[in-house]
Amino acid sequence: MSTASPSHRQQVVIIGSGPAGLTAALYTSRANLEPLLIEGIEAGGQLMLTTLVENYPGFRAGVMGPDLMGEMRAQAQHFGAAILQGDVTSVDLSKRPFTINVGQTVYTADTLIIATGASAKWLDLGVDRKLSGRGVSTCATCDGFFFKGLPVAVVGGGDTAMEEAIYLSKLATSVTVVHRRNSLRASKVMQDKAMSTPNISFLWNKEVIDIKDLDQGKVTSLVLRDTQTGAQSDLAVDGVFIGIGHTPNTALFKGQLAMHDNGYLKTHDGSRTSVPGVFAAGDVQDHVYRQAVTAAGSGCMAAIDAERFLSGTLHDTSHSIHPPPSTSSPS
Amino acid sequence: MASEKVKVFTDANFGEEVKNGIVLVDFWATWCAPCRRIAPIVDQLAEEYTGKLTVAKVDIDENPMTPSKFMVRGIPTLLLFKNGDLKETVVGLETKDRLAQLIDKHL
Repeated sequence: MSTASPSHRQQVVIIGSGPAGLTAALYTSRANLEPLLIEGIEAGGQLMLTTLVENYPGFRAGVMGPDLMGEMRAQAQHFGAAILQGDVTSVDLSKRPFTINVGQTVYTADTLIIATGASAKWLDLGVDRKLSGRGVSTCATCDGFFFKGLPVAVVGGGDTAMEEAIYLSKLATSVTVVHRRNSLRASKVMQDKAMSTPNISFLWNKEVIDIKDLDQGKVTSLVLRDTQTGAQSDLAVDGVFIGIGHTPNTALFKGQLAMHDNGYLKTHDGSRTSVPGVFAAGDVQDHVYRQAVTAAGSGCMAAIDAERFLSGTLHDTSHSIHPPPSTSSPS
Repeated sequence: MASEKVKVFTDANFGEEVKNGIVLVDFWATWCAPCRRIAPIVDQLAEEYTGKLTVAKVDIDENPMTPSKFMVRGIPTLLLFKNGDLKETVVGLETKDRLAQLIDKHL
Protein backbone atom coordinates (compact mmCIF):
# COMPACT_ATOMS: atom_id res chain seq x y z
CA MET A 1 0.00 0.00 0.00
CA SER A 2 1.09 3.57 -0.69
CA THR A 3 1.70 6.07 2.06
CA ALA A 4 0.41 9.59 2.54
CA SER A 5 1.45 12.12 -0.09
CA PRO A 6 0.13 15.50 -1.23
CA SER A 7 -1.46 13.82 -4.26
CA HIS A 8 -3.98 12.32 -1.86
CA ARG A 9 -5.53 15.73 -1.20
CA GLN A 10 -8.98 15.84 -2.71
CA GLN A 11 -11.61 18.52 -3.12
CA VAL A 12 -14.35 16.02 -2.36
CA VAL A 13 -14.19 12.65 -0.65
CA ILE A 14 -17.37 10.57 -0.48
CA ILE A 15 -17.66 7.68 1.96
CA GLY A 16 -20.19 5.05 0.91
CA SER A 17 -21.38 3.61 -2.38
CA GLY A 18 -25.14 3.20 -2.15
CA PRO A 19 -27.54 5.43 -4.11
CA ALA A 20 -26.63 8.48 -1.96
CA GLY A 21 -22.84 8.14 -2.36
CA LEU A 22 -22.95 7.29 -6.07
CA THR A 23 -25.35 10.14 -6.86
CA ALA A 24 -23.07 12.53 -4.96
CA ALA A 25 -20.16 11.16 -7.03
CA LEU A 26 -22.13 11.65 -10.25
CA TYR A 27 -22.95 15.28 -9.49
CA THR A 28 -19.52 16.25 -8.13
CA SER A 29 -17.72 14.59 -11.04
CA ARG A 30 -19.93 16.45 -13.51
CA ALA A 31 -18.98 19.64 -11.62
CA ASN A 32 -15.30 18.81 -12.35
CA LEU A 33 -14.49 18.32 -8.67
CA GLU A 34 -12.79 14.95 -9.37
CA PRO A 35 -14.36 13.22 -6.37
CA LEU A 36 -12.86 10.20 -4.68
CA LEU A 37 -15.46 7.71 -3.50
CA ILE A 38 -14.41 5.13 -0.92
CA GLU A 39 -16.89 2.36 -1.37
CA GLY A 40 -16.53 0.35 1.83
CA ILE A 41 -16.81 -3.35 2.45
CA GLU A 42 -20.57 -3.38 1.89
CA ALA A 43 -20.06 -1.91 -1.59
CA GLY A 44 -23.28 -0.91 -3.31
CA GLY A 45 -25.14 -0.76 -0.03
CA GLN A 46 -28.38 -2.43 0.98
CA LEU A 47 -29.72 -2.63 -2.57
CA MET A 48 -27.04 -5.23 -3.35
CA LEU A 49 -28.95 -7.62 -1.11
CA THR A 50 -32.34 -7.05 -2.71
CA THR A 51 -33.91 -8.66 -5.74
CA LEU A 52 -36.46 -6.80 -7.84
CA VAL A 53 -36.85 -3.10 -6.98
CA GLU A 54 -40.24 -1.92 -8.18
CA ASN A 55 -40.34 1.60 -6.77
CA TYR A 56 -37.34 3.25 -8.37
CA PRO A 57 -38.71 5.75 -10.91
CA GLY A 58 -37.92 5.10 -14.54
CA PHE A 59 -38.19 1.31 -14.45
CA ARG A 60 -41.82 0.34 -14.95
CA ALA A 61 -40.98 -3.38 -15.03
CA GLY A 62 -38.71 -3.03 -11.99
CA VAL A 63 -34.94 -3.32 -11.86
CA MET A 64 -32.74 -5.77 -9.98
CA GLY A 65 -31.08 -4.02 -7.03
CA PRO A 66 -27.51 -5.11 -7.92
CA ASP A 67 -28.06 -4.09 -11.57
CA LEU A 68 -29.29 -0.65 -10.52
CA MET A 69 -26.21 -0.16 -8.35
CA GLY A 70 -23.93 -1.39 -11.14
CA GLU A 71 -25.44 1.22 -13.48
CA MET A 72 -25.10 4.02 -10.91
CA ARG A 73 -21.47 3.09 -10.32
CA ALA A 74 -20.69 2.99 -14.05
CA GLN A 75 -22.44 6.33 -14.57
CA ALA A 76 -20.38 8.02 -11.83
CA GLN A 77 -17.16 6.54 -13.27
CA HIS A 78 -18.17 7.63 -16.77
CA PHE A 79 -17.99 11.25 -15.60
CA GLY A 80 -14.64 10.77 -13.90
CA ALA A 81 -15.37 9.77 -10.31
CA ALA A 82 -12.53 7.71 -8.83
CA ILE A 83 -13.77 4.71 -6.86
CA LEU A 84 -11.56 3.15 -4.23
CA GLN A 85 -12.22 -0.34 -2.91
CA GLY A 86 -11.49 0.01 0.74
CA ASP A 87 -12.94 0.57 4.16
CA VAL A 88 -12.40 3.83 6.05
CA THR A 89 -10.77 3.04 9.38
CA SER A 90 -10.87 6.51 10.98
CA VAL A 91 -11.47 10.18 10.22
CA ASP A 92 -10.37 13.47 11.76
CA LEU A 93 -12.89 16.24 11.20
CA SER A 94 -11.41 18.69 13.73
CA LYS A 95 -9.67 20.78 11.06
CA ARG A 96 -9.70 21.33 7.31
CA PRO A 97 -8.59 19.64 5.20
CA PHE A 98 -10.27 16.68 6.85
CA THR A 99 -8.25 13.50 7.26
CA ILE A 100 -9.59 10.13 6.11
CA ASN A 101 -7.61 6.99 6.86
CA VAL A 102 -8.07 3.83 4.82
CA GLY A 103 -5.81 1.29 6.51
CA GLN A 104 -2.30 2.72 6.09
CA THR A 105 -3.29 5.22 3.40
CA VAL A 106 -4.16 8.78 4.36
CA TYR A 107 -6.39 11.04 2.29
CA THR A 108 -7.23 14.65 2.96
CA ALA A 109 -10.32 16.42 1.74
CA ASP A 110 -11.63 19.97 1.59
CA THR A 111 -15.17 18.64 1.78
CA LEU A 112 -16.50 15.30 2.92
CA ILE A 113 -19.79 13.68 1.99
CA ILE A 114 -20.87 10.93 4.34
CA ALA A 115 -23.14 8.31 2.80
CA THR A 116 -22.28 5.29 4.92
CA GLY A 117 -25.89 4.14 5.15
CA ALA A 118 -27.34 1.74 7.65
CA SER A 119 -26.93 -1.97 8.33
CA ALA A 120 -29.42 -4.60 9.39
CA LYS A 121 -30.19 -4.61 13.08
CA TRP A 122 -29.81 -7.74 15.19
CA LEU A 123 -31.94 -8.82 18.12
CA ASP A 124 -30.15 -7.84 21.31
CA LEU A 125 -29.91 -11.41 22.54
CA GLY A 126 -26.21 -12.16 22.07
CA VAL A 127 -27.14 -15.65 20.94
CA ASP A 128 -28.36 -14.34 17.57
CA ARG A 129 -24.86 -13.10 16.69
CA LYS A 130 -23.28 -16.32 17.89
CA LEU A 131 -25.58 -18.36 15.65
CA SER A 132 -25.03 -16.04 12.67
CA GLY A 133 -24.25 -18.26 9.71
CA ARG A 134 -25.61 -21.20 11.71
CA GLY A 135 -29.26 -20.54 11.04
CA VAL A 136 -29.60 -16.88 12.03
CA SER A 137 -29.44 -14.47 9.13
CA THR A 138 -30.29 -10.90 8.19
CA CYS A 139 -30.24 -11.65 4.45
CA ALA A 140 -32.78 -14.02 2.92
CA THR A 141 -31.39 -13.70 -0.59
CA CYS A 142 -27.93 -14.68 0.72
CA ASP A 143 -28.82 -17.56 3.00
CA GLY A 144 -32.30 -18.74 2.01
CA PHE A 145 -30.70 -21.45 -0.13
CA PHE A 146 -29.67 -23.39 2.97
CA PHE A 147 -33.29 -23.76 4.13
CA LYS A 148 -34.77 -25.51 1.11
CA GLY A 149 -37.49 -27.82 2.38
CA LEU A 150 -37.14 -26.66 6.00
CA PRO A 151 -39.34 -24.51 8.26
CA VAL A 152 -38.10 -20.97 8.96
CA ALA A 153 -39.22 -17.87 10.84
CA VAL A 154 -38.97 -14.20 9.96
CA VAL A 155 -38.89 -11.64 12.78
CA GLY A 156 -40.37 -8.22 12.09
CA GLY A 157 -43.40 -6.49 10.62
CA GLY A 158 -42.05 -3.99 8.11
CA ASP A 159 -41.31 -4.12 4.39
CA THR A 160 -37.94 -5.80 4.94
CA ALA A 161 -39.54 -8.62 6.91
CA MET A 162 -42.29 -9.11 4.31
CA GLU A 163 -39.78 -9.15 1.46
CA GLU A 164 -37.75 -11.78 3.30
CA ALA A 165 -40.86 -13.86 4.03
CA ILE A 166 -42.03 -13.78 0.41
CA TYR A 167 -38.59 -14.71 -0.89
CA LEU A 168 -38.24 -17.55 1.63
CA SER A 169 -41.73 -18.92 0.92
CA LYS A 170 -40.41 -20.25 -2.39
CA LEU A 171 -37.67 -22.25 -0.66
CA ALA A 172 -38.82 -23.17 2.83
CA THR A 173 -41.72 -25.50 3.65
CA SER A 174 -43.24 -22.86 5.88
CA VAL A 175 -42.47 -19.30 6.88
CA THR A 176 -43.74 -18.02 10.21
CA VAL A 177 -43.66 -14.26 10.64
CA VAL A 178 -43.13 -13.37 14.29
CA HIS A 179 -44.18 -9.84 15.10
CA ARG A 180 -44.40 -8.14 18.47
CA ARG A 181 -47.46 -6.11 17.55
CA ASN A 182 -50.89 -7.12 16.23
CA SER A 183 -50.60 -5.37 12.88
CA LEU A 184 -47.93 -4.91 10.23
CA ARG A 185 -45.97 -1.75 9.54
CA ALA A 186 -45.23 -2.92 6.00
CA SER A 187 -46.72 -1.18 2.94
CA LYS A 188 -50.15 -2.40 1.79
CA VAL A 189 -48.71 -4.01 -1.37
CA MET A 190 -46.20 -6.06 0.62
CA GLN A 191 -48.78 -7.01 3.27
CA ASP A 192 -51.20 -8.26 0.61
CA LYS A 193 -48.47 -10.26 -1.10
CA ALA A 194 -47.37 -11.90 2.14
CA MET A 195 -50.89 -12.56 3.44
CA SER A 196 -51.94 -14.21 0.20
CA THR A 197 -48.95 -16.58 0.13
CA PRO A 198 -50.22 -19.99 1.33
CA ASN A 199 -47.16 -21.09 3.30
CA ILE A 200 -46.64 -17.80 5.15
CA SER A 201 -48.36 -17.61 8.53
CA PHE A 202 -48.31 -14.95 11.25
CA LEU A 203 -47.76 -15.04 14.98
CA TRP A 204 -48.94 -11.75 16.48
CA ASN A 205 -47.89 -10.08 19.72
CA LYS A 206 -44.89 -12.35 20.12
CA GLU A 207 -41.31 -11.40 20.78
CA VAL A 208 -38.25 -13.60 20.50
CA ILE A 209 -36.56 -14.00 23.87
CA ASP A 210 -34.14 -16.82 23.02
CA ILE A 211 -32.85 -18.85 20.09
CA LYS A 212 -31.89 -22.49 20.57
CA ASP A 213 -29.57 -24.34 20.40
CA LEU A 214 -26.15 -22.81 21.02
CA ASP A 215 -24.77 -26.16 22.28
CA GLN A 216 -25.59 -27.85 19.00
CA GLY A 217 -24.24 -24.86 17.10
CA LYS A 218 -27.38 -24.51 15.03
CA VAL A 219 -30.89 -23.15 15.18
CA THR A 220 -33.52 -25.64 16.37
CA SER A 221 -36.23 -23.40 17.81
CA LEU A 222 -37.23 -19.94 18.97
CA VAL A 223 -38.50 -19.17 22.45
CA LEU A 224 -41.31 -16.64 22.17
CA ARG A 225 -43.10 -14.52 24.75
CA ASP A 226 -46.58 -13.16 24.24
CA THR A 227 -46.42 -9.37 24.68
CA GLN A 228 -50.00 -9.33 26.06
CA THR A 229 -50.13 -12.34 28.39
CA GLY A 230 -46.43 -13.01 29.01
CA ALA A 231 -46.98 -16.68 28.12
CA GLN A 232 -43.95 -18.44 26.64
CA SER A 233 -44.00 -20.83 23.70
CA ASP A 234 -41.56 -22.63 21.43
CA LEU A 235 -41.47 -22.48 17.65
CA ALA A 236 -39.43 -25.23 15.98
CA VAL A 237 -37.52 -23.84 12.98
CA ASP A 238 -34.21 -24.49 11.25
CA GLY A 239 -33.61 -20.90 10.36
CA VAL A 240 -34.57 -17.43 11.54
CA PHE A 241 -34.31 -14.30 9.45
CA ILE A 242 -34.21 -10.99 11.26
CA GLY A 243 -35.93 -8.06 9.57
CA ILE A 244 -36.43 -5.60 12.41
CA GLY A 245 -34.90 -2.55 10.85
CA HIS A 246 -31.56 -0.89 10.52
CA THR A 247 -28.91 0.88 12.53
CA PRO A 248 -26.90 3.77 11.03
CA ASN A 249 -23.21 3.28 10.24
CA THR A 250 -21.96 6.24 12.27
CA ALA A 251 -19.37 4.66 14.60
CA LEU A 252 -16.57 6.43 12.66
CA PHE A 253 -17.99 9.84 13.52
CA LYS A 254 -18.79 9.43 17.22
CA GLY A 255 -17.72 12.51 19.17
CA GLN A 256 -17.01 14.42 15.95
CA LEU A 257 -20.45 15.03 14.46
CA ALA A 258 -23.79 15.75 16.12
CA MET A 259 -26.10 12.75 16.17
CA HIS A 260 -29.65 11.99 17.23
CA ASP A 261 -30.16 9.67 20.22
CA ASN A 262 -30.65 6.76 17.80
CA GLY A 263 -27.24 7.34 16.24
CA TYR A 264 -28.38 8.93 12.99
CA LEU A 265 -26.40 12.01 11.89
CA LYS A 266 -28.07 15.35 12.43
CA THR A 267 -28.36 17.49 9.32
CA HIS A 268 -29.74 20.97 8.81
CA ASP A 269 -30.36 23.29 5.87
CA GLY A 270 -30.13 20.53 3.31
CA SER A 271 -27.28 18.13 3.87
CA ARG A 272 -25.10 20.06 6.34
CA THR A 273 -23.79 18.32 9.43
CA SER A 274 -22.55 20.01 12.59
CA VAL A 275 -19.10 20.54 10.97
CA PRO A 276 -18.90 23.05 8.09
CA GLY A 277 -17.67 21.29 4.96
CA VAL A 278 -18.99 17.89 6.06
CA PHE A 279 -22.27 16.84 4.45
CA ALA A 280 -24.40 13.75 4.92
CA ALA A 281 -26.77 11.96 2.58
CA GLY A 282 -28.91 8.84 2.49
CA ASP A 283 -29.87 6.47 5.28
CA VAL A 284 -27.02 7.58 7.58
CA GLN A 285 -29.06 10.75 8.27
CA ASP A 286 -32.57 9.52 7.45
CA HIS A 287 -34.49 7.18 9.70
CA VAL A 288 -37.84 8.25 8.28
CA TYR A 289 -37.97 7.69 4.51
CA ARG A 290 -35.06 5.30 3.83
CA GLN A 291 -35.80 4.78 0.15
CA ALA A 292 -33.38 4.36 -2.76
CA VAL A 293 -34.89 7.39 -4.45
CA THR A 294 -34.72 9.62 -1.35
CA ALA A 295 -31.12 8.51 -0.77
CA ALA A 296 -30.23 9.40 -4.36
CA GLY A 297 -32.00 12.75 -3.97
CA SER A 298 -30.13 13.62 -0.80
CA GLY A 299 -26.84 12.54 -2.45
CA CYS A 300 -27.54 15.16 -5.12
CA MET A 301 -28.23 17.76 -2.42
CA ALA A 302 -24.95 16.96 -0.66
CA ALA A 303 -23.04 17.26 -3.94
CA ILE A 304 -24.53 20.67 -4.69
CA ASP A 305 -23.92 21.83 -1.11
CA ALA A 306 -20.28 20.67 -1.28
CA GLU A 307 -19.79 22.40 -4.62
CA ARG A 308 -21.19 25.67 -3.23
CA PHE A 309 -19.10 25.32 -0.09
CA LEU A 310 -15.94 24.99 -2.20
CA SER A 311 -16.81 28.01 -4.30
CA GLY A 312 -17.70 30.05 -1.22
CA THR A 313 -21.33 30.47 -2.20
CA LEU A 314 -22.93 28.25 0.41
CA HIS A 315 -24.76 30.77 2.51
CA ASP A 316 -25.20 30.46 6.21
CA THR A 317 -28.89 29.81 6.64
CA SER A 318 -28.63 28.40 10.11
CA HIS A 319 -31.00 31.02 11.51
CA SER A 320 -33.78 30.54 9.01
CA ILE A 321 -35.36 27.55 7.34
CA HIS A 322 -35.39 29.20 3.91
CA PRO A 323 -32.71 31.56 2.69
CA PRO A 324 -33.96 35.12 2.47
CA PRO A 325 -35.08 35.70 -1.11
CA SER A 326 -33.45 39.04 -1.87
CA THR A 327 -31.47 40.27 1.10
CA SER A 328 -27.91 39.06 1.61
CA SER A 329 -27.37 36.28 4.12
CA PRO A 330 -25.73 36.92 7.47
CA SER A 331 -22.04 36.10 7.34
CA MET B 1 -10.97 -12.40 -13.12
CA ALA B 2 -10.19 -14.61 -10.15
CA SER B 3 -6.54 -15.06 -9.26
CA GLU B 4 -4.98 -18.17 -10.75
CA LYS B 5 -3.55 -18.82 -7.30
CA VAL B 6 -7.03 -19.59 -5.98
CA LYS B 7 -7.81 -23.30 -6.22
CA VAL B 8 -11.22 -24.87 -6.68
CA PHE B 9 -12.17 -27.57 -4.17
CA THR B 10 -15.08 -29.98 -4.56
CA ASP B 11 -16.94 -32.46 -2.37
CA ALA B 12 -14.75 -35.16 -3.91
CA ASN B 13 -11.36 -33.72 -3.01
CA PHE B 14 -12.10 -31.44 -0.03
CA GLY B 15 -10.92 -33.74 2.77
CA GLU B 16 -7.68 -34.54 0.98
CA GLU B 17 -6.94 -30.92 0.05
CA VAL B 18 -7.22 -29.42 3.54
CA LYS B 19 -5.10 -32.15 5.16
CA ASN B 20 -1.74 -30.39 4.94
CA GLY B 21 -0.63 -26.89 5.76
CA ILE B 22 -2.78 -23.81 6.20
CA VAL B 23 -5.78 -23.60 3.93
CA LEU B 24 -8.33 -20.81 3.59
CA VAL B 25 -11.60 -21.87 1.96
CA ASP B 26 -14.19 -19.44 0.63
CA PHE B 27 -17.73 -20.88 0.41
CA TRP B 28 -19.69 -19.00 -2.22
CA ALA B 29 -22.38 -19.15 -4.91
CA THR B 30 -22.97 -17.33 -8.16
CA TRP B 31 -26.18 -15.70 -6.84
CA CYS B 32 -24.63 -14.40 -3.61
CA ALA B 33 -24.00 -10.65 -3.79
CA PRO B 34 -21.82 -10.37 -0.65
CA CYS B 35 -19.70 -13.23 -2.01
CA ARG B 36 -18.82 -11.04 -4.97
CA ARG B 37 -17.65 -8.38 -2.54
CA ILE B 38 -15.31 -10.66 -0.65
CA ALA B 39 -13.95 -12.43 -3.76
CA PRO B 40 -11.36 -9.74 -4.64
CA ILE B 41 -10.10 -9.78 -1.04
CA VAL B 42 -9.69 -13.56 -1.18
CA ASP B 43 -7.81 -13.16 -4.48
CA GLN B 44 -5.47 -10.59 -2.94
CA LEU B 45 -4.78 -12.85 0.04
CA ALA B 46 -3.91 -15.68 -2.35
CA GLU B 47 -1.41 -13.42 -4.12
CA GLU B 48 0.13 -11.99 -0.96
CA TYR B 49 0.44 -15.28 0.92
CA THR B 50 1.78 -17.34 -1.99
CA GLY B 51 3.77 -20.28 -0.67
CA LYS B 52 2.53 -19.80 2.90
CA LEU B 53 -1.18 -20.32 2.50
CA THR B 54 -3.40 -22.33 0.17
CA VAL B 55 -6.50 -20.42 -0.87
CA ALA B 56 -9.49 -22.19 -2.38
CA LYS B 57 -13.15 -21.73 -3.24
CA VAL B 58 -16.10 -24.08 -2.93
CA ASP B 59 -19.21 -23.43 -5.02
CA ILE B 60 -21.98 -24.53 -2.65
CA ASP B 61 -24.50 -25.17 -5.45
CA GLU B 62 -22.27 -27.80 -7.00
CA ASN B 63 -20.88 -29.12 -3.73
CA PRO B 64 -23.62 -29.40 -1.11
CA MET B 65 -21.89 -32.03 1.08
CA THR B 66 -18.95 -29.97 2.32
CA PRO B 67 -20.92 -26.93 3.55
CA SER B 68 -23.35 -29.27 5.28
CA LYS B 69 -20.50 -31.16 6.96
CA PHE B 70 -19.08 -27.93 8.41
CA MET B 71 -22.57 -26.56 9.19
CA VAL B 72 -22.21 -23.62 6.84
CA ARG B 73 -25.65 -22.01 6.73
CA GLY B 74 -24.81 -18.63 5.35
CA ILE B 75 -22.45 -17.31 2.72
CA PRO B 76 -19.92 -15.96 2.32
CA THR B 77 -18.28 -18.12 4.97
CA LEU B 78 -14.51 -18.48 5.17
CA LEU B 79 -12.99 -21.46 6.97
CA LEU B 80 -9.32 -21.66 7.90
CA PHE B 81 -7.80 -25.13 8.33
CA LYS B 82 -4.40 -26.07 9.73
CA ASN B 83 -3.30 -29.61 8.92
CA GLY B 84 -6.91 -30.67 8.53
CA ASP B 85 -8.22 -29.06 11.71
CA LEU B 86 -10.74 -26.23 11.51
CA LYS B 87 -9.15 -23.21 13.24
CA GLU B 88 -11.20 -20.17 12.26
CA THR B 89 -14.69 -19.48 10.94
CA VAL B 90 -15.59 -16.11 9.47
CA VAL B 91 -19.23 -15.57 8.53
CA GLY B 92 -20.15 -12.63 6.32
CA LEU B 93 -18.00 -9.75 5.17
CA GLU B 94 -14.69 -8.97 6.79
CA THR B 95 -11.90 -6.56 5.92
CA LYS B 96 -8.66 -7.78 4.41
CA ASP B 97 -6.65 -6.51 7.38
CA ARG B 98 -8.80 -8.49 9.80
CA LEU B 99 -8.53 -11.65 7.69
CA ALA B 100 -4.77 -11.22 7.44
CA GLN B 101 -4.59 -11.02 11.25
CA LEU B 102 -6.52 -14.29 11.57
CA ILE B 103 -4.23 -16.00 9.06
CA ASP B 104 -1.05 -14.62 10.67
CA LYS B 105 -2.09 -16.19 14.00
CA HIS B 106 -1.69 -19.65 12.47
CA LEU B 107 1.39 -19.20 10.26
